[in-house]
Amino acid sequence: MPKLKVEDLEKISEKVKRTMLLREGTGRAKIIVHMGTCGIAAGARNIMTALLKEIEDKDIKDVILTTSSCAGLCSREPMITVEVQGQPPVKYVDLTPEKVREIFAKHVLLGEIVKEYALAFGSERVA
Amino acid sequence: MAYRTNLMLCTCTMCVSVGALKIKRKIEEEIKRHNLEDEIQIIPVGSSWLCTRGPTLIVQPDDVVYQFLKEDDIPHLVEEHLLKGRPVKSLMYIHPETLHPIEKLHQIPFYRQQRLITLRNRGMIDPDKIEECIARDGYKALAKVLKSMTPEEVIQEIKDSGLRGRGGAGFPTGRKWEVCRAVKGSPKYVVCNADEGDPGAFMDRSIIEADPHAVLEGMAIGAYAIGASEGYIYIRIEYPLAIKRLERAILEARDYGLLGENILGAGFSFEAHVFKGAGAFVCGEETSLLASIESKPPEPRTRPPYPAQSGLWEKPTNINNVETWANVAAIINQGAKWFSEIGTETSKGTKVFSLAGNINNAGLVEVPMGITLREMVYDIGGGIPNGKKFKAVQIGGPSGGVVPDSLLDLPIDYERLQEAGAIMGSGGMVVVDEDTCMVDFAKYFLIFTNDESCGKCTSCREGSAAMLEILTRITEGKGEEGDIEFLEELGEAVKEASQCGLGQTLSNPVLSALMHFRDEFEAHIKYKKCPAFVCKDLITYSIDPDKCTGCGLCLKQCPADAITGKLKKPHQIDDSNCIKCGVCRDSCKAKAVILKDRFDK
Ligand SMILES: Cc1cc2nc3c(=O)[nH]c(=O)nc-3n(C[C@H](O)[C@H](O)[C@H](O)COP(=O)(O)O)c2cc1C
Repeated sequence: MPKLKVEDLEKISEKVKRTMLLREGTGRAKIIVHMGTCGIAAGARNIMTALLKEIEDKDIKDVILTTSSCAGLCSREPMITVEVQGQPPVKYVDLTPEKVREIFAKHVLLGEIVKEYALAFGSERVA
Repeated sequence: MAYRTNLMLCTCTMCVSVGALKIKRKIEEEIKRHNLEDEIQIIPVGSSWLCTRGPTLIVQPDDVVYQFLKEDDIPHLVEEHLLKGRPVKSLMYIHPETLHPIEKLHQIPFYRQQRLITLRNRGMIDPDKIEECIARDGYKALAKVLKSMTPEEVIQEIKDSGLRGRGGAGFPTGRKWEVCRAVKGSPKYVVCNADEGDPGAFMDRSIIEADPHAVLEGMAIGAYAIGASEGYIYIRIEYPLAIKRLERAILEARDYGLLGENILGAGFSFEAHVFKGAGAFVCGEETSLLASIESKPPEPRTRPPYPAQSGLWEKPTNINNVETWANVAAIINQGAKWFSEIGTETSKGTKVFSLAGNINNAGLVEVPMGITLREMVYDIGGGIPNGKKFKAVQIGGPSGGVVPDSLLDLPIDYERLQEAGAIMGSGGMVVVDEDTCMVDFAKYFLIFTNDESCGKCTSCREGSAAMLEILTRITEGKGEEGDIEFLEELGEAVKEASQCGLGQTLSNPVLSALMHFRDEFEAHIKYKKCPAFVCKDLITYSIDPDKCTGCGLCLKQCPADAITGKLKKPHQIDDSNCIKCGVCRDSCKAKAVILKDRFDK
C-alpha cells in the first residue's frame, strides 16, 4: 500500500462519496421507482437496472435511488417519481429503459422536465 | 458497483450476542433469491442505536429502522421493503405512549435529541474499512495539525474548546497536555484508558466498536501536541470485538501511512499498541493502569508525581479516556469556538451515557451537556415501563450517587451533579422505579467496590467491608439506632483516608442515598419496614382469600413448596418456608397474592 500524502485523503473521500451521500440520504435528486406487484409485472425491475447502470456509467455521486410501493395507477406502470432538490416531484408513467435514460439525462442531471412522459407534474392527481 | 440501498446492520457486541450474524446470513440469502445482490449492500456497523432492541437494522437512504429482528422476519422484510418498497410496520419501533410505529430513525425522540460528536460515525461506517472513515473526515484533523499547526497551537485549541476528561474526574484536557508537553524527559507516551470497569457501562466499548479510528486519530494528535511518538490503548480482555476492530484499524492506518513513521509525509511518527488488561476495576485508575502495563501489580500509588511528570516507565505520560480522545479530531476540524458553544458554562460539548435500568429506551446516548435529567429520562429514555413511578437515577456508577425526582430538572454538568451528591463519572446512568429499595440499591454498589478494592489502603479495604456489613444488617431488619450517623461518619473517613479514587468515592452511593432517601433507611431501622417491599427479611407474602380462585397455579409454580390449598378453595402461604421469590405473585391472574410488612410496628 503506498503511503498517503495529505492530498490523497481527499481522493479517497471522493471515491466513497456516493456511498456516504446515500447513507446520509442527501443528494441533488432522488428517484423513486414504484415497485408494487403491478410495477414489477410491468417491468419496474428493468427500470431500476437501467437507472443503476446510468448512475454507474456516468459516475454520478449525488443521486439517490429508492423504491416505494404502488402509486395507485397500476395501468400506467412502470412509473418513477423524480424529486430534484428544491422542485416539486414529477411522476413519469408508461416507462421503458430508453425513456428512463432520457429522463435521467435531462431531468435528473440538467433539471429539465421531460413533459411528454410526465403525468401532470407538480400534482399528485391525474389530469 | 453502484448500490441503491445500504443495509446498516448493527454488529456491536450486544447485537451479535442476540444473533446479528445469523440475521446477516439470512438477509444475504434472501437478497440473492430476489437477484438484488447488485443493488443492495449489507454494511456491518457498530453501536447503531437502541442497544436492548437488537438485532437492529437501518435501511438507507430510506432512514427506516427495524428492531428485534428474527431470522423468520427476513424473507418478508426483504420482499416487502427491499424489493417492493413497502416498509414493514410490524418490525418498527413503537412509540411507548402513542403505541404507533415510527418509520424513520430521525423521527424517533430517542434519536432526535441526541447530538453526535464522539459517536459521529455510529451506524454510518463499516469500522473495518478505513476508507469509509476517511470519507467522513477521518484523519482530516491529523492532516490539518501536521500541515498547519504547531503543537502549542493544538494545545491552545483544545484548551479553548473547554474539553474536560470524560473518564470521571473531568480534568481540563488541554491543561493536562500542556503540563505534559512542558515536562522535560524523553521519550513521552500517550495512553488511552479503555478499561471501563463500571458495572453496566459500555460507552467506551461502543465508541471503539463503531469507530476505532476516532480514538487513534485523537491519540496521534495528542502525541504530536505533547511530543510523544508512542501510545498504548489499555483495553480489557473482556472486549474481544473492540480489540479486534482496534487492532485491524491500527494495521489499516499503518498501511496507509496514517500511523507509523513519517505520517502523511509530514515528518511526524507515531506508533499505537493495544494492551489487554485483565479487567479489574482498579486498573482503570491511572497509576494502577500504568503499573499494569509495566507488568507490576496494579496498585494505585500516591500522586504527585502525576503521570504527566512520571508515568509509564517513569517517563512523562498523558493519559485520557476513550471518549476524551474521540472528541479531539472533531474539535480540530470544527474549531474550539464551535465546541465551546455546546453545553454549559463549565461543561462543554457532549457526553455519552449508557442509559439502563427501569427505562423504556435503554441504550447508548450522546447528548449535549446541560440537558436536564428530566429530558434524559422522559424524552430520550421514553419514561418508565409498565406505568411505574420514577424513583431515582443513579449517575456515575460505584463512584457516583442517586438523584431523586425533586432534582430531575438538574442540568447535566460536572459541578451541578456534584452538588446533588452524584458525579458525571464515566457515563453510567441507571434509572430505578418505585419498586426499588434504596438501601438495597446502595448495598449493591458497595458489594462491588468492596470486591474490587485492591486492598492496599486499610480505609478502603476495611471501610468498605464495615459499611457493607452495616447495610446488610439494615436490610435484614437488624439495623440499630446510630447506624445512619455511623455510616455517614465512616463514609467521610474512608473518603479522606484513601489514596485513590476508588476509596475516595466508594461511599458516594451510600451518602447520596442517605441525603435523598434518609426516611427509607429510617423505616428499615426503626420500624423494620422496607417501603419498596424488596428486603426479604422485612416482608411477607400472603393470599387474599376473597380474591383467590383456587386455580392452583401458584401452588404448582412455587419452588419452595410453601403454598398449600385444595383446588377451587383459597390457598395459603406458609411464611416459614417462603423464600420471597415472588413467583406466586407474578403468576396469579386474580392478583390475590399480597405483599405486607412482616413486622407491624
Ligand atoms: C477506581 C477507578 C477506576 C477508574 N476507571 C476508569 C476507567 O475505566 N476509564 C477511564 O477512562 N478512567 C477511569 N478512571 C479515571 C482515571 O484515573 C483517569 O482519571 C482518566 O483515565 C483520565 O482521563 P480523562 O482526563 O480523559 O478523563 C478511574 C479512576 C478510579 C479511581
